[in-house]
Amino acid sequence: MAEFWSSYLWPLIVVAAQSLLLLVVLLVAIAYVLYADRKIWAAVQIRRGPNVVGPWGLLQSFADLIKFVLKEPVIPAGANKGVFLLAPLVTCVLSLAAWAVIPVSAGWVIADINVGVLYIFAISSLSVYGIIMAGWASNSKYPFLAALRSAAQMVSYEVSIGFVIITVLLCAGSLNLSAIVEAQNGRFGLFSWYWLPLFPMFVVFFVSALAETNRPPFDLVEAESELVAGFMVEYGSTPYMMFMLGEYVAIATMCSMGTILFLGGWLPPAPIPPFTWVPGIVWFALKALFLFFLFAMVKAFVPRYRYDQLMRLGWKVFLPLSIAMVVVVAAVLQFAGLAPR
Amino acid sequence: MSELLADYFPLVVFIGVALAISLALMIAPFIVAYKNPDPEKLSAYECGFNAFDDARMKFDVRFYLVAILFIIFDLEVAFLFPWAITFGELGFFGFWSMMVFLAVLTIGFIYEWKKGALEWD
Repeated sequence: MAEFWSSYLWPLIVVAAQSLLLLVVLLVAIAYVLYADRKIWAAVQIRRGPNVVGPWGLLQSFADLIKFVLKEPVIPAGANKGVFLLAPLVTCVLSLAAWAVIPVSAGWVIADINVGVLYIFAISSLSVYGIIMAGWASNSKYPFLAALRSAAQMVSYEVSIGFVIITVLLCAGSLNLSAIVEAQNGRFGLFSWYWLPLFPMFVVFFVSALAETNRPPFDLVEAESELVAGFMVEYGSTPYMMFMLGEYVAIATMCSMGTILFLGGWLPPAPIPPFTWVPGIVWFALKALFLFFLFAMVKAFVPRYRYDQLMRLGWKVFLPLSIAMVVVVAAVLQFAGLAPR
Repeated sequence: MSELLADYFPLVVFIGVALAISLALMIAPFIVAYKNPDPEKLSAYECGFNAFDDARMKFDVRFYLVAILFIIFDLEVAFLFPWAITFGELGFFGFWSMMVFLAVLTIGFIYEWKKGALEWD
């Protein structure tokens, strides 16, 4: 009994508590990321943005949550009820699940598995299912068309993200996310991180991340003038909120992946005292927020793409470019003898 | 606990906790919110018209084509992962065999392009 307690039950409680802590912090952070997104968008357009609920509108996201919970949940008569309700659940759980392997500071990770990158890659591929299920189960024309578009868009950019990750793996020599961050720990601080040698790949990753998370300028899924609100037309109340939540958690995941792969994760920008005193999680959060700021600015500045332009960019520009970069990076590492052993 | 279990056990617990939070959010309005359904409210949205036809209609074959191309390239990426992490130990043989493989893939890609599989107009 004592052995069962010490080797199974106690670790279970500890891990469950850690998971709950990470998820609660993540969800509160998402609430403020949403607020920041709206504020930045408003500031670019010289509006005020949310400013009524709480001081400077800081409680806006929580008011939205309460409103969503109090809304009437409508399930359309023609819908396939089981799949209809499963779709937002799948979207939300999958996007949250990716956070199990993301190291927010040295050793601060729920599951430090050896195949972290592969796990994230698999989870983000699976998230297409939530959208397909929602579009099909709604049994309505707009969601169906939007789900097809969205799925085609997400899988197209998934491929370039895959090749971008390969170039980073060639340099780092590990699939473990903590090891990838440690591999960027060099004498030159922020100039040792992979954004500098792999700069074209960083740009491809950033744009693909925008497309992968259906952010503007690639938000064809929600093209309100043609598809109304995309695959979520028939959803209301918290099922709708869970799609939005899943989308923002996916954006946060992409920002953290960009931070880990290219911006040195929790490493300080210079390996000298004033910077090394700051805890790693602060650097991680600052870098991820910087990437999110870029996401928000793109949303405010760039007009929406047309669907054929989107597909052309994905398949005819990014895919050949990223395959070429895999060859170039491999050749440079091989012939200059820089490959990690 | 065995090492494998110790590695993946936290992952399962984390997904379990995420599922619990999502389920709680999902079920909340079904318990607390006001419900008053009527046939109009429950009909499919179609810009105010009555829904006609089955919504699960025929769609453009290019979506299917994109899915097929995605499978090829995604398998490709999955195949490159183990090569990429052992790159330093493989030496020139490993490097050139993967270059040949990528060349074959590129030929296939050029063929798709010339055939017009990537055109959307």
